[in-house]
Amino acid sequence: MPGDQATAPIVTIALQAFALTRKFGDLTAVNEVTLTINQGEIFGLIGPNGAGKSTLIKMLTTLLPPTSGSATVAGYDIVSQPAEVRRHIGYVPQLLSADGSLTGFENMKLSAGLYGIPRADRKERITRALARMGLSEVAHHVAGHYSGGMIRRLEIAQSLLHRPPVLFLDEPTVGLDPGARETVWERVLDLRDRFNRTMIVTSHHMDEIDKFCDRIALIDRGRIVAIGTPTELKARVGPGATLDDVFIQLVAATSETETEGNYGEVRRERRSASEHS
Amino acid sequence: MAKSGANAGQPVSIVDRSVGQALGDFVTQTLAVAAAEVQKLYHDPLELLTRAVQPVLWLMLFGEVMARVRGVAPGNIPYLDFLAAGILAQSALFVAIFYGISAIWEHDLGVLQRYLVSPAPRSALVLGKALSAGVRALSQALIVYVLALILGVGINLNPLNILGVAAAIVLGSALFATLSLIIACVVKTRERFMGIGQVLTMPIFFASNAIYPLSLMPDWLRAVAHVNPLTYEVDALRALMLVNGTSDYGLLLDFGVLLVATAVLTTIAARMYGRMGY
Repeated sequence: MPGDQATAPIVTIALQAFALTRKFGDLTAVNEVTLTINQGEIFGLIGPNGAGKSTLIKMLTTLLPPTSGSATVAGYDIVSQPAEVRRHIGYVPQLLSADGSLTGFENMKLSAGLYGIPRADRKERITRALARMGLSEVAHHVAGHYSGGMIRRLEIAQSLLHRPPVLFLDEPTVGLDPGARETVWERVLDLRDRFNRTMIVTSHHMDEIDKFCDRIALIDRGRIVAIGTPTELKARVGPGATLDDVFIQLVAATSETETEGNYGEVRRERRSASEHS
Repeated sequence: MAKSGANAGQPVSIVDRSVGQALGDFVTQTLAVAAAEVQKLYHDPLELLTRAVQPVLWLMLFGEVMARVRGVAPGNIPYLDFLAAGILAQSALFVAIFYGISAIWEHDLGVLQRYLVSPAPRSALVLGKALSAGVRALSQALIVYVLALILGVGINLNPLNILGVAAAIVLGSALFATLSLIIACVVKTRERFMGIGQVLTMPIFFASNAIYPLSLMPDWLRAVAHVNPLTYEVDALRALMLVNGTSDYGLLLDFGVLLVATAVLTTIAARMYGRMGY
């Protein structure tokens, strides 16, 4: 808990959603989600495939307009100020977003250009960012030859080059071996501790979520069904419960969801997993 | 896209960025996208060579035979010269018209999402892609030039003319690459795109002045050719590239048509490109 010291850090709100809703025809992918995330939090989004996590993140990152409801990210409205939101967020999509036919350095240069980072600072900032992610030695190799963990770290470095206060990580460890997963999380924690960045992370690895997230929202069929710290959520299920138990208990037994796009999601997930390994 | 004014309580930031800065950013962002594409070419130059096969075949097989047919060439220049400009435009068209497929590919991979969450305006992204198609086409132009010189085509090597040819090629390629991007946004899958791409290339190419003069065409086809931007690209190329080249419509109209069409298509593509992230 922050706030014990005399100079308590001012807790500011990084993200606020109010009754955020997205419909695709008859299907309500995200249903009146209301949510507040503080600056510096590592916030986990969990839920079954097709629960609406990706749709929620797409709205919060301005890729998809909401059907109704509203949200602000880093203080900007996702509907009326999308350009400002984009300037203040980083996004690491679940899919492979680094370009395999460019080198790590060239991928970073592309990001630097897209984010309008001053030409004079570019080289230095790119070099430093790659070093921080442990990619200095392979900076001038084509990213297509990177290992899964290296690609993920490159993608994170790309998303951070413009120093966004809020970072979205969609399944950052999907398809990675345990060692690579550990490294990715180490970097994420380091970023939070050093720069007080807010991270919104989705994952199917409950052990990771339990270990690294300050708070969690469990999403099922477009709604938040539980929200709180990992400890709080586990306590709701019973003594000795793991986050896996929380997941299984709270996600409705009937939710063998067959929503549209599920097949596509599985296909993509598998493919990105195989391409990362 | 709605823009709200200064909101009370918002963090002080770049909302009031000057027009000049916004324009500077736009250029930077466009060039960043184009530069990335050029770097890809640099890593895999083999693609350029394989693409060179087609113009070689057209000039050396089709060209050599058709040159013997009387009445195809419009008087003042030999047929091979006439054809060289058309084939240059064609090779640029073939590069550009399949450009949309890379957008679908990037969408399926996730690279597109990276573009779309950046603050770069969609039009800068589209224009960057379009420009890079132009750069690819320029490499084709180099091959056609060399080949044409070998075959004895009367090439005008005045630097200003070469610059003009480069401008026409870049503009023409940008135009068709943007059209291709629009198609990609509509069809969304690679399989469908391949089908449509093939269907589209033929009429654009044959309903133009690329390989025969419009005077040989029946009236209805000539009418189609007159609204085909490729006709104006070829017209400009013929005037600028060849020693005795002349323009039928005037360079001003040629470039005007290409510019306006590119601007209109870019505006449409920019709207549709953003929706690919859905």
